[in-house]
Amino acid sequence: MSTAQRADVEVATPASNALAGSVADPMLPVITRVARVRREGADIWTLEIKPAAGFDFLPGQFNMLYALGVGEAAISISGDPAERGRLIHTIRAVGRVSEALTRLKPGDPIGVRGPYGRGWPLDKAAGADVVIIAGGLGLAPLRPAIYRFFAERPRIGRFVLLVGMRQPEEILFQQELERWRRRLDIDLQVTVDHAGGDWRGSVGVVTTLIPRAAFDPAHTIAFICGPEVMMRFSIAGLAALGVPASAMYVSMERNMKCAIGLCGHCQFGTTFICRDGPVFAYDQLRPIFSLREI
Amino acid sequence: MIEGMDKVVREHRFFSGLGEDVIQLVAGCARNVRFDAGKYLYHEGDPADEFFLIRHGRVALEVASPGRAAVTFQTEPEGDVVGLSWLIPPYRWAYDARALDLVRAIGIDAKCLRGKCESDHDFGYAMMMRFVPVLVERLQAAQLQVLDVYGTTR
Amino acid sequence: MASDLVPRGARDQSMSSASGERAILSRDGLQALIETLARRGYRVVGPTLRDQAIVFDDIQGVGDLPAGWTDVQDGGAYRIQRRADDALFGYAVGPHSWKKFLHPSRLRLWRAERNGDDVVVHRDPEPTTPFAFIGARSCDLRAIGIQDRVFLGGPHVDPHYQARRQSAFIVATNCGEAGGTCFCVSMGTGPRAGSGFDIALTELLDERGHVFLADVGTERGGEVLTEIPHDAAGHDHVAAADNLIARTAANMGRLMRTDDIHSLLLGNLEHPRWDDVAGRCLTCGNCTMVCPTCFCTSVEDTSDLDGGAERSRRWDSCFTEDFSYLHGGSVRQSARSRYRQWMTHKLATWIDQFGSSGCVGCGRCITWCPVGIDITEEVRAIREQPAASEATT
Repeated sequence: MSTAQRADVEVATPASNALAGSVADPMLPVITRVARVRREGADIWTLEIKPAAGFDFLPGQFNMLYALGVGEAAISISGDPAERGRLIHTIRAVGRVSEALTRLKPGDPIGVRGPYGRGWPLDKAAGADVVIIAGGLGLAPLRPAIYRFFAERPRIGRFVLLVGMRQPEEILFQQELERWRRRLDIDLQVTVDHAGGDWRGSVGVVTTLIPRAAFDPAHTIAFICGPEVMMRFSIAGLAALGVPASAMYVSMERNMKCAIGLCGHCQFGTTFICRDGPVFAYDQLRPIFSLREI
Repeated sequence: MIEGMDKVVREHRFFSGLGEDVIQLVAGCARNVRFDAGKYLYHEGDPADEFFLIRHGRVALEVASPGRAAVTFQTEPEGDVVGLSWLIPPYRWAYDARALDLVRAIGIDAKCLRGKCESDHDFGYAMMMRFVPVLVERLQAAQLQVLDVYGTTR
Repeated sequence: MASDLVPRGARDQSMSSASGERAILSRDGLQALIETLARRGYRVVGPTLRDQAIVFDDIQGVGDLPAGWTDVQDGGAYRIQRRADDALFGYAVGPHSWKKFLHPSRLRLWRAERNGDDVVVHRDPEPTTPFAFIGARSCDLRAIGIQDRVFLGGPHVDPHYQARRQSAFIVATNCGEAGGTCFCVSMGTGPRAGSGFDIALTELLDERGHVFLADVGTERGGEVLTEIPHDAAGHDHVAAADNLIARTAANMGRLMRTDDIHSLLLGNLEHPRWDDVAGRCLTCGNCTMVCPTCFCTSVEDTSDLDGGAERSRRWDSCFTEDFSYLHGGSVRQSARSRYRQWMTHKLATWIDQFGSSGCVGCGRCITWCPVGIDITEEVRAIREQPAASEATT
């Protein structure tokens, strides 16, 4: 994260991050303000914060957001990297810290450390078909990549987005998906696990959409994000069509405390997810991906 | 056989790659059908006399329970088969099938097809090799659905 | 992947130290060394006897060292025992390691103050008193080097470790006794301290007297040496030291073959031996507390009544159920998975992450495991019991 801070941006800086003779402390949060909080679903919120001057991120990276006195949580950045004045996260309130973050109000102080992690390899998509498979909240860390692909559409071949959600009332970013579906430069399919009578869209797990999508498996790059089970089956679905393991990328999640590779919590096989991920090429993870409790 | 049915059967993706003699046998049990949007192809408990291969439109598979709106657990797109309970006794539909859009389909007489499978085992094998993979894929997808992966665990 | 599996220690077994200077210290000379370091502002810590164990704590002089004591160690067993002589360093390692000082078990990271609508975060100053370690064994020096790689060698540096580490003065001791659970020779980490010290001592206690052969490792060490009374070292001292160290090396309590360990462990992640050890492991985490390279921590965030807040850091262990907690459950729920995680990390995936093994063969995990689980035995069992071949597709 850039440490440059301009005076006109109201971001409270740590009193003395670099003490005489010592290095900066990467565990110090930068205190900024909540700009906007919006409920997206039953327990899903959009949290927009005021970024520090010069803050920039890559699609797929995350921040550690700190609720004063409560704790930190690793939250995916879900906004458009091109919108420099806005820093948007999507949070599911499932625990003490995430619930505290979603209860913040505009103007409240909030701590940020980041951005961390390796993001989606957008450069690998040049000239290839792009297949994005998003399950549930997994659409959030993929959204910045989707914005980038729209912005640089001519760089890639076909653009396929397959979205799986639990039920119609829980479709994340529904209005935005509707707008995207009307575009001519993307093949967007949304499916739900089950639905009531009003739903006129697809019903069935997201993997059922894969065989019908139009893309060239030999020249495709795939980004997959969602619950691990869903990612495993999506990988199997793509592999059955001939997409190579090296062309599939997933975003992994584990318990995180420091996000800087020093606390050991996010270890996954030979990697630390905060530092070597959260985005990985599937061929790198294949030896351990289906192992229980690894 | 209804005139032209062999052409319709031959051109449907579900039967692509099958030999001509197999196509002719299937076509002999087949007819064209059409359902307006919202109409039911069949209801739970009905005799599974005729199953369908969608040519145009989509079909929703539903389960109804008293006091609740019907829950759709699967939608079948163009090209897919609707109805598999004709394969095993007691040959009764296990749920409702409703046309989401205007649906045009090939309707296949299940008794006719079962009869031909029984008397010509090579034909029967060819048919099973078409339908069994559909069963396996649907089962795998259904298992995934049951896991409710997007739900929160508390 | 492992960049260099040749143990560094093997290359360091040459007789000469970095600076090449040698001297002989008497007991009084050692006392003078400790006093000189204290006078120079160091907080001197070293081995001392407390609660029936040899631990690391503040020491004022040689009188605080466990003179005439040794330790008897085996799987799940530790006791001290009287020696026939008055050796000051006649034991192996105890439950403490130097991470106690360099990577403290509890540390406040910062505190935040609320001033009306503003929040200001204040970092605590690092301690200004540098440490002087007395009696650091070769295995523990290598462990410090391994933690250096973790805390100083990555994209993010730990400033708390760095502040304590960069100023630490290290007086090493070459082991004259092999511990009951030691296997530094297998890991290529000892018993001779090759580098990473300011001064290294080899205790020579025989009918000729009680002296210490001092090897100077740094300019700073040489400078301190000039301030304390010492004599020239003769060839016989050097030969006696070499013999002593060779004898220690020949008496290791344990053995571990390491040339194949990465592929052995990562190719056997579903080996039945993991179930076997899971039946014994209590997931108490003792091994992680005593291991000199284990570094995992957790953070604690608290708030106070004035609207301020604090974050502190404490040691954590991958053996706790919460360690891998994620959305309503832990990824590693079984003891099996947690033991597997610890052992494969220590011996195999550590190499991928940090370029060397995480194990220095100090034997502490074997000694301090309440049920005596022996990491060298677990490796041997996996190697000797080929499981049905595992597909690594």
